[in-house]
Amino acid sequence: MSLTRLLAVAKKEVVQILRDSRSLFIVVIMPATLMLLFGYGVNLDLKHMPIYVFDRDGSQQSQDLLKRFQSSEYFKVVKVVDGYPAIARALDDGHAKMGIVIPWDFSQRLRDGGPVQVQALVDGTDDNTANVLIGYAQAVVQGYSAQIQLDWLRQHGQSLQPAPLSVETRTWYNEDLESSAFIIPGVLALVMSVIGAFLTSLTIAREWERGSMEQLISTPVSAMEIMFGKLAPYFVLGMFDTMVCALIAIYWFHVPFRGSFVTLLISSALFLVVVLSLGFFISVIAKTQFAACQIALLVTFLPAFLLSGFLFAIEQMPVALQIITRILPARYYVSLLKKIFLKGTPTAMLYGELIPLAVFAFVLALLATRSFHKRLE
Amino acid sequence: MFGRLKQMLIKEFIQVFRDKRTRFLLFGPPIIQMLVFGYAATYEIHHVPTVVLDLDHSQESRELVSRFTSSPYFDVQRQLTDSRQIRDLIDRGEATVGLEIDAGFAQKLRSGQTAPLQVIVDATNSNTALIASSYITQIALGFAQSYQQDRIDRIAPQMVQAIPSVELEQRPWYNPELSSRWFFVPGVIGSLTLVLVITLTAFAVVREREIGTLEQIMVTPIRPFEFILGKTLPFFLIGLLDVTLIALVGSLWFQVPFRGSILVLFAGTVLFLLCMLGVGLLISTVSSTQQQAMVTAFFFIMPAITFSGFGFPISTMPQWMQYFSYCIPLRYFLIVLRGTYLKGVGMNILWPQMAAMAAMAFSLLTISILRFHKALD
Repeated sequence: MSLTRLLAVAKKEVVQILRDSRSLFIVVIMPATLMLLFGYGVNLDLKHMPIYVFDRDGSQQSQDLLKRFQSSEYFKVVKVVDGYPAIARALDDGHAKMGIVIPWDFSQRLRDGGPVQVQALVDGTDDNTANVLIGYAQAVVQGYSAQIQLDWLRQHGQSLQPAPLSVETRTWYNEDLESSAFIIPGVLALVMSVIGAFLTSLTIAREWERGSMEQLISTPVSAMEIMFGKLAPYFVLGMFDTMVCALIAIYWFHVPFRGSFVTLLISSALFLVVVLSLGFFISVIAKTQFAACQIALLVTFLPAFLLSGFLFAIEQMPVALQIITRILPARYYVSLLKKIFLKGTPTAMLYGELIPLAVFAFVLALLATRSFHKRLE
Repeated sequence: MFGRLKQMLIKEFIQVFRDKRTRFLLFGPPIIQMLVFGYAATYEIHHVPTVVLDLDHSQESRELVSRFTSSPYFDVQRQLTDSRQIRDLIDRGEATVGLEIDAGFAQKLRSGQTAPLQVIVDATNSNTALIASSYITQIALGFAQSYQQDRIDRIAPQMVQAIPSVELEQRPWYNPELSSRWFFVPGVIGSLTLVLVITLTAFAVVREREIGTLEQIMVTPIRPFEFILGKTLPFFLIGLLDVTLIALVGSLWFQVPFRGSILVLFAGTVLFLLCMLGVGLLISTVSSTQQQAMVTAFFFIMPAITFSGFGFPISTMPQWMQYFSYCIPLRYFLIVLRGTYLKGVGMNILWPQMAAMAAMAFSLLTISILRFHKALD
């Protein structure tokens, strides 16, 4: 292997990248854009959800209960209606997420004693939103119920301690439960997959498609030199993007960074080798750029997005799928990112992720070098 | 005109279906992605690994813990003896929730004071943490309520029948089990179609330009309009076929109900496909290489999926993002998909979405055809 020839291939690739200024521009600003998109766009903490109320009783008590809904920051009473059809219509066209219906004999039955039911009709299409809404509504109604019980007991000459139990919740590693703090480290994996696999998967396929591969084969450059020469510029680009992402995460979104920066760089370099080799391997077998792009989407982007724990908790997936995630490098990288950023786990305790990632990097790099031959079919 | 168009269509279909790999790539990845999404994309939580530190060892504390043990949401794995163990297990990711009941818990309850339940939640996945906290609060409130009830029973048994209480009767519409799968599966149809049709269209035209066959076509008597129609019609049909295939997987494999009218869904799909063809063509007019087309397409696809409401609620995004989401055709198509699948609503509700997509399809196609003329000159 000759360094001069390797550098010559790398130089050719750099010239090719630089010539296409728009692609370069997009590749450079992609990390920032994806960061902003996910950092601001993904927020699962719901507030001010639009609700409709239908008060069939119209009494002092029913108004008291509704006031509690109004004053909660989680709900916004957008309309008071006088019938079920209006609620059904609002849930159908999405103007309301929930309808609260108070029965006509609400105050009557409170006076008579025993349980009274208030209905919550919830738009269940988005199960997550529905779940959170039901939880908040439950809390509002139970708060009201506890209050009237205390009042009632006091009127009957008894006294009771208001709240027997208090829940003191501490959320570790992400104290304010900011969605962005847990999303943003994962975006790094997404950016890497895009830069690494997508771009490199096109480089070899492009040479085949345009017919310039024949020219490259006729030169004395070896297969290894072509591979390393072609990948080196993308490696540099990828590491640059990692740094940009990390800086945006820390200084713009104030995501806590509790681990070691060196470890972050090492894990990113390993993951980059994985995706670059994968991209190279794809481009060798795909032959056309369209095929390369589609395969790259399937084997790198999709796992990084769906199966890495970036958005969806791996423990909640079916067991078969959980086993599959074990052979996906993205899973280990996202886990590393979360531990380095949020948990601040010492590097010595990260072997469970670093070793698999290193093994993947080695095996895939080997696979990529083996797959590429300087031969015309 | 029809003669020339027919020739163009024959050429396109041969080109698309000539290669075995491409044939597979048109239909394989969408189905694989649908399956992965259906299983992996979930916001539900079940069996969250939980550890308990009960330092009180009283009947009350055991009663509280047993409520967690019997809940399907939590999986109480271990009873600990030392509070350092909680820290350790959560640090290592073996437990997501730690419950701590201090000594004197029952004492406080009996004497009418507020007894604390300490909860520690690993918030590296803030969504799991959010939902888990909400379930914990509900369980704790339930415990408090029945404890209160028991106490009333003791001090004034004659009052138990007469004391009023209010309960929330929740009725999730459209998705009574609140299943994430029902939420995601219709959405996946939209986002997969978006990715496939945009990349197909953008690549197909740019490929001709890149390998130089566009000039050859231009010297034939074919008119630009016939060329565009010949290029897009095959992808329109492939898109339609793909929608049908993934929709069948959703209905037959994942058993997601379809409650609306097939015709309404069909109309929505046609309009959406036209929009996507317009976007693909537009990208192809501004790109000279496939790599450029790919990064440009990707630059459009990521925001389109994030802003569409596919996985994250639009209502929690910052205002400017919410306005921006109105320009995303996928936003409207998702409403049509979820409307027809889950809500079973028809044109009387969905007409604004249809109109928006029609307007967008018209303007996107007009702009891209105009630009295309220029690009050819």
